[in-house]
Amino acid sequence: MSAASATKLTELDIAAARAGLARGDFSSVALTEAHIRAMEAARGLNAFVVETPERALEQARASDERRRRKEPARRLDGIPLAIKDLFCTQGVQTTAGSHILEGFIPGYESTVTAKLWDAGAVMLGKTNLDEFAMGSSNATSYFGPVKNPWRRADNKDLVPGGSSGGSAAAVAARIALGALGTDTGGSIRQPAAFCGIVGIKPTYGRVSRWGTVAFASSLDQAGPMTRTVRDSALMLGVISGHDPKDSTSSPLPVPDFEAALGGDLKGLKVGIPKEYRVDGMSAEIDALWKRGIAWLEAAGARAVEVSLPHTSYALPTYYIVAPAEASSNLARYDGVRYGLRVPGESVDELYQNTRGSGFGREVRRRILIGTYVLSAGYYDAYYVKAQQIRTLIGEDFRKAFETVDVMLTPTSPSVAFAIGEKMDDPIAMYLNDVFTVPTNLAGLPGISVPAGLDGSGLPLGLQIVGRPFDEATVFKAAAALEQAAAFTTRPTMLRGA
Amino acid sequence: MALDRETVRKIAFLARLKVPEEELAALTGELDNIIGWVEQLGKVDTKSVEPMTSVGKFKPYMREDAVSERRPREDILANAPDAEDGFFTVPKVIE
Repeated sequence: MSAASATKLTELDIAAARAGLARGDFSSVALTEAHIRAMEAARGLNAFVVETPERALEQARASDERRRRKEPARRLDGIPLAIKDLFCTQGVQTTAGSHILEGFIPGYESTVTAKLWDAGAVMLGKTNLDEFAMGSSNATSYFGPVKNPWRRADNKDLVPGGSSGGSAAAVAARIALGALGTDTGGSIRQPAAFCGIVGIKPTYGRVSRWGTVAFASSLDQAGPMTRTVRDSALMLGVISGHDPKDSTSSPLPVPDFEAALGGDLKGLKVGIPKEYRVDGMSAEIDALWKRGIAWLEAAGARAVEVSLPHTSYALPTYYIVAPAEASSNLARYDGVRYGLRVPGESVDELYQNTRGSGFGREVRRRILIGTYVLSAGYYDAYYVKAQQIRTLIGEDFRKAFETVDVMLTPTSPSVAFAIGEKMDDPIAMYLNDVFTVPTNLAGLPGISVPAGLDGSGLPLGLQIVGRPFDEATVFKAAAALEQAAAFTTRPTMLRGA
Repeated sequence: MALDRETVRKIAFLARLKVPEEELAALTGELDNIIGWVEQLGKVDTKSVEPMTSVGKFKPYMREDAVSERRPREDILANAPDAEDGFFTVPKVIE
C-alpha cells in the first residue's frame, strides 16, 4: 500500500473504518499497519508506555480471517485502539504510570478490555498517564510527560491534560482510532478538551471497574476517547454492562447509544448552572459557552438557568474523598506480592523503603493527605464532613434535574498549558477539574465535545452532563453540539509539511 | 498551621512511606496548604445531613460465595519480587 493511502486510513473515524472494513475496501491488517506506522512516527509525543505491534497484527489477522470466513462482524471488528496503562492486560506490562508497578505483568484481563477484544478490537499499546491517574497534566508519570500534538505560536511543548493524556494525544494525533481512558475527577474529559477530541465519563456503575488499577473506587469510571460523538457511543455500548466481579456495576440494561444520535432537540431542556461562572474564567471560554447555548437552542432545545449551590465546595470535597480512598487502595503496594521491592531490615522498613521510592511526589502527597483525613481524631472533621457535603452536591444535581434534561458547561477553565507550568502549586493544578469533579462526586455521566479554538489556536471543549444512566440523552445533545460546532481543525503536529 | 513536622512524620509512618528528613519541611508546607484549603468545608452547615457512602441507588450485588476460578500458584507468584519454594518472602518478623 502506498504511503498516501496509508495516511488516509489514519484519517478515518471508527464508524468510517467499520464501514470500509465491511465493504472490503481495506483489511484490518492494512488499517492496523497504518496506525502502527503513525505510532512509531510520533514517538516524540511519549504517548505510549508500551507498544504492542505484534499483538495488534495478530488480532488484525484474526479479524480479517473471521471476515474471510463470513462470520458476522463484531462491533469493533478490526479497529485499532489504544489502552490507558491503568487497565490490566494479560501478558502485557501494566504500570499505572508508576515506578512501583514497573515490570508488572498481569495474569488476567480487565473486564472492559476483555469486552473490547471480544468485540474484535485491536490493541496498539498501553498509553501514558499521570501516576495512578493522579494529575491533570500527565506530568506526574514515572515514564515522563506526554506532549500535546497541538502547539501555540510560541511553539512550547504543551501538556495533553490528564490523567488520560497519552490516550488523548494518541487519538488526536491519529495514532489510534479511539482509546480507553478513566475518569475519577475529569481525567477523560479535561484531556479530551485539551487535545480537541470527544471523551465521556459514563454514570458511576455503567462500566465494570474489575481489573482497572484502583485510584478512588467510589469515583473511578472507564470511558471512551474518540474523534466523534458517534464513535464514543459505539465504544461505550461495547464496554458497558453488569459484571459479577464488580458489585457496584449496574444491572440496568445497556441501550443502543448510537440509535440515540441524530434528530433535533425539540422539547429538551438544557440547564445552565450559574455557579459555573467562576472567577478568573477566560472571556473566550465564557463566549464559547454562550455560543454552545445558542447552538443547542438552534437545534430546538430550551436553555434555562439552574442553581447548584454547593459547586464551590466540590473541589475541596474531592480532595478529601479521593485521597482517602487512594491511601486505602494503594496500601496494597507493599513490595511483597508484586512490583518494586526495596529491601529493609524489618517488614516496616521494607514497606517504607519500597513505597518511599516507588511512589512519585504527587502520589505520596495524596497518600499522606488521605492518611491524615482518615486518622483518629480527624476522621469526623474531614472525612465525614466531606461525605456529608458530597450528599449535598448530589442533592443539588437531583433537584436541578427535576426541571432540566441535561446541563451545558465548559469542560475546563483554561486551554492546554506548557509542560512544567503549575507544577509547584498543587491547588492551581487541581483547579483544572473545577467543572468536571462535581459530576464524579454525584456519579453522573459527562461528555466533553471539541467546540472551538481560543485566540492562541488551542482547542476548547464544552461539557454535557446528564441524569444517572441517561447517557443516551447526553449523546444526543452532544451530537447536536458537535454538528453545530463543526470542529474540523487538525492538531498543529499534523498540519503543513 | 494545622500540620507540623511531627504530625507529618507520624502520618508518613502510618502510611508506611519513607520521607527523607531533608524533604520533610517542604512537604509539611505543601500538605498544610492543602489541608488549609479544604478547611473551607467547615463553613457548610451539615447538621442532619447523611454522609454519602455510595453514589448508586442499587443494592450491592451479592454473588454466591464460591470459587469461580482457580489460578495456579506459579501464576500468583509470577510478579513477586522475591519468592521462594512457592511462597512470598518477607524479612524475619518473629524473633
